[in-house]
Amino acid sequence: MDLFFAQLINGISLGSIYALIALGYTMVYGIIQLINFAHGEILMVGAFVGFFAIAKYDMNFFAAMLLAMLASALLGVIIERVAYKPLRNSGRLAALITAIGVSLFLQNGGLFVFGTNFQSFPQAFPKKTFQFLDGMITITSYQILILVVTILMMLFLNYIVSYTKTGKAMRAVSYDKDAALMMGINVDTIISATFAIGSAFAAVAGVLLGLYYQTVHPLMGFMPGLKAFVAAVLGGIGIIPGAMAGGFLLGIVEALVSGYWSTNYRDVVVFLILIVFLIVKPSGLFGKDTGEKV
Amino acid sequence: MKAMRLRNNLIIAVCLAVLYFGIAYAMKQRMLSSFHQVNLYLMGINIIMAVSLNLIVGFTGQLALGHAGFMAIGAYVSAVMTLKLGQPFLLAVLVGSLATGVVGVLIGLPPLRLRGDYLAIATLGFGEIIRGLLININYVGGAAGMNGIPKLTTWTWLFIFTVATVLLIKNFINSSHGRACIAIRENEIAADAMGINTTFYKVLAFSIGAFFAGLAGALYAHYFFLIQPQTFTILKSFDALVMVVFGGLGSLTGSIIAAVAITVVNAALQSLGALRMVIYALLLVVVMVFRPQGLMGTKEFTLRTLLRQKGGSGLHDYRKQVD
Amino acid sequence: MITVNKLTKTFGGLTAVSNVDLKIEKGELVGLIGPNGAGKTTVFNLLTGVYVPTAGEIIFEDKSLVHLKPYQITAQGVARTFQNIRLFNSMTVLDNVKLAFHWHDKYSLWGAFLRLPDFFRGEEKMDEAAMELLKVFRLDDKAGELASNLPYGEQRRLEIVRALAAKPKLLLLDEPAAGMNPLETKELMALIGEIRDKFDLTILLIEHDMSLVMSICERIYVLDYGKIIAEGTPEEIKRNPRVIEAYLGREA
Ligand SMILES: Nc1ncnc2c1ncn2[C@@H]1O[C@H](COP(=O)(O)OP(=O)(O)OP(=O)(O)O)[C@@H](O)[C@H]1O
Ligand SMILES: [Mg+2]
Repeated sequence: MDLFFAQLINGISLGSIYALIALGYTMVYGIIQLINFAHGEILMVGAFVGFFAIAKYDMNFFAAMLLAMLASALLGVIIERVAYKPLRNSGRLAALITAIGVSLFLQNGGLFVFGTNFQSFPQAFPKKTFQFLDGMITITSYQILILVVTILMMLFLNYIVSYTKTGKAMRAVSYDKDAALMMGINVDTIISATFAIGSAFAAVAGVLLGLYYQTVHPLMGFMPGLKAFVAAVLGGIGIIPGAMAGGFLLGIVEALVSGYWSTNYRDVVVFLILIVFLIVKPSGLFGKDTGEKV
Repeated sequence: MKAMRLRNNLIIAVCLAVLYFGIAYAMKQRMLSSFHQVNLYLMGINIIMAVSLNLIVGFTGQLALGHAGFMAIGAYVSAVMTLKLGQPFLLAVLVGSLATGVVGVLIGLPPLRLRGDYLAIATLGFGEIIRGLLININYVGGAAGMNGIPKLTTWTWLFIFTVATVLLIKNFINSSHGRACIAIRENEIAADAMGINTTFYKVLAFSIGAFFAGLAGALYAHYFFLIQPQTFTILKSFDALVMVVFGGLGSLTGSIIAAVAITVVNAALQSLGALRMVIYALLLVVVMVFRPQGLMGTKEFTLRTLLRQKGGSGLHDYRKQVD
Repeated sequence: MITVNKLTKTFGGLTAVSNVDLKIEKGELVGLIGPNGAGKTTVFNLLTGVYVPTAGEIIFEDKSLVHLKPYQITAQGVARTFQNIRLFNSMTVLDNVKLAFHWHDKYSLWGAFLRLPDFFRGEEKMDEAAMELLKVFRLDDKAGELASNLPYGEQRRLEIVRALAAKPKLLLLDEPAAGMNPLETKELMALIGEIRDKFDLTILLIEHDMSLVMSICERIYVLDYGKIIAEGTPEEIKRNPRVIEAYLGREA
């Protein structure tokens, strides 16, 4: 039972981070139907910005996170404008390859600029351990932080999407781009806004990931990015609550497999679940199945 | 018309012969450094990877992101055949490719009902599962992989297999069966309504592609003599996809040109160290932004266009006999 | 030849086709008309297996077509054209037609890979047969063009040629004259009559325009809101008050 709770808590922490990444993935996909493979690298850049802000400039943890969000948002918008926008009408595959190219560029640019070593992320937040139920449940302050930040971010996103003009426009564009255009929505601005918001979320995930694992590395974003995309698909791609649920589900499954079986099988299980899901319910947990109209 | 076709085929055959004997001679005289040789082999292997993936993605229109997984199966199965079971090279290559083709059928069957990005992500998942399983199989060395595989991929075999792959896939595409695949890409509902068993042809294209990716893996294993799960990450799948898209979806000659060009660029940038991949990635983005249809689009580069002979693009020669 | 009983299809809350009965004898040329959104195309999609019916049966030559896949239905001898043209755009006109020969006239896979004699024989046979069909629709001089480069009217004709190449006994035409000018339409209608005799076909034809259908169909079904509201000869249909109301009620 101890193991179960320990892994469950680990899973929730990891799942929170996946959920944050998956949100950006799913928002971007929802709006331009692009698997933005560079999303993981936007996370990485955010993590490095946070890392430098704390380690080199002694910034407060939350201030550093805010700075990382701004930097990543800017990066996301630049990527969208420079690399994706020109390709909006030339087929999805060209855009996908471009996304892969941007991802490789940022990974290797990171390796070139930051070097290939793991850099240790400062413990910018007091680390305490709390025990409940006679030590059956152990939880660290980091894990609480991750969960609290994630929940706050989700509430924030919910506010944006449901109550702001931008958020409503985002929903309109992802529902029907042409109709949105006719309603006088500036689709370009909304797409950029989506990238900005999604990227800012990735930055939060990046800083939390750095803090949680206490390292940052130029390739740190790739696998979590891929997993988060899986989470987004599990939840139903393009669906915001789906991305959250998928993220938590994936994090918990990973932690349980690692705890009860072997870390080596973690990824195999994750991708097996993905494939089973795709075959049984391709539209994901929260999706509706739709067929093509002939 | 027929005479012209014969002549063109003859020209191609002569060019190939010159290429083969020229390089064989250069190797014998030790005119090629080991760096050149490595890249020459990579070129052949990349051509096989790109052309076989193009059959799936470019011609049949099924976005697959797991080609490295197929390459891994071919590499591992053939390496087990020679290294562990002491079987001859050709048998190992054949078994490796066939095994990969069979796996292609098995894992192609369920997800090929999926469309577009769902298929992409499912095949990506399969690639990762294959790699994940290899890490966990001690018989094939786990994460450390298999070392000391006999170096049996000679220039002759590489050449024969590369040319054969291109030729066989070209023949397939320019046949009734290949047309069925292309029709699926063009309009799946119409293809279905015209009597094409679309699932069958998708799985067929998928498994033919897998077969040849397995072949590429087998050749790879028996040249570089070390294979690890780490060799066959999703980045390798991306590499193949990049070649396909860069060359032009649905253009075999485009894939070949792209495979050669990308291998050369990679080799040329080698001395730059870490900067190499940065430039490579940048080039990729720039090319895609300015030429999203790839170098060749869906067109083929033929002698006919080169020599400006009359008779159109010459994609399907036999067609011209009709009128 | 084909009997449809109580065919029904619902999409979510919308009943697109409701309790439709059809009966078509061999050699007939039957029209299916009705206002926009009446469910005509959906009937075709049900007959050709694109959609699975919610209820009802489709019996073609004593065999049920329900739950067969589209390609299996084609192999039973039912072929169709599409209202929103679905050609294989980056294939040539000739290849579009040859594609439809595949299911009944293919050669071996090995022949294809290795360019064995059966490949050359097979291709030659398909080429000849396809050219012959194209000639009927005066598209033979366009054989080498990409389908997407054809003008609209010719694309519509190519759709019919392609369907014919699939060797149907029953041919389903979904608004084959849509977007054509009056002259083209007239020619096409004459041609449809001709091919019925020439290829021994049974034809079910969707048309929007009543007057047009009246001129060539022997019998007409009228669909409105998913239901058959009338059936009969053109003369009878013309005088049927429900039909007049269905059309006038909406288009006036
Ligand atoms: N796949 C689908 N999902 C949901 N609704 C559909 C689908 N296909 C058709 N419908 C609906 O069913 C109804 C009938 O459509 P259908 O296309 O059969 O009409 P039609 O008679 O062919 O009209 P038209 O003359 O415009 O071609 C319409 O309301 C349409 O919106
Ligand atoms: Mg219709």
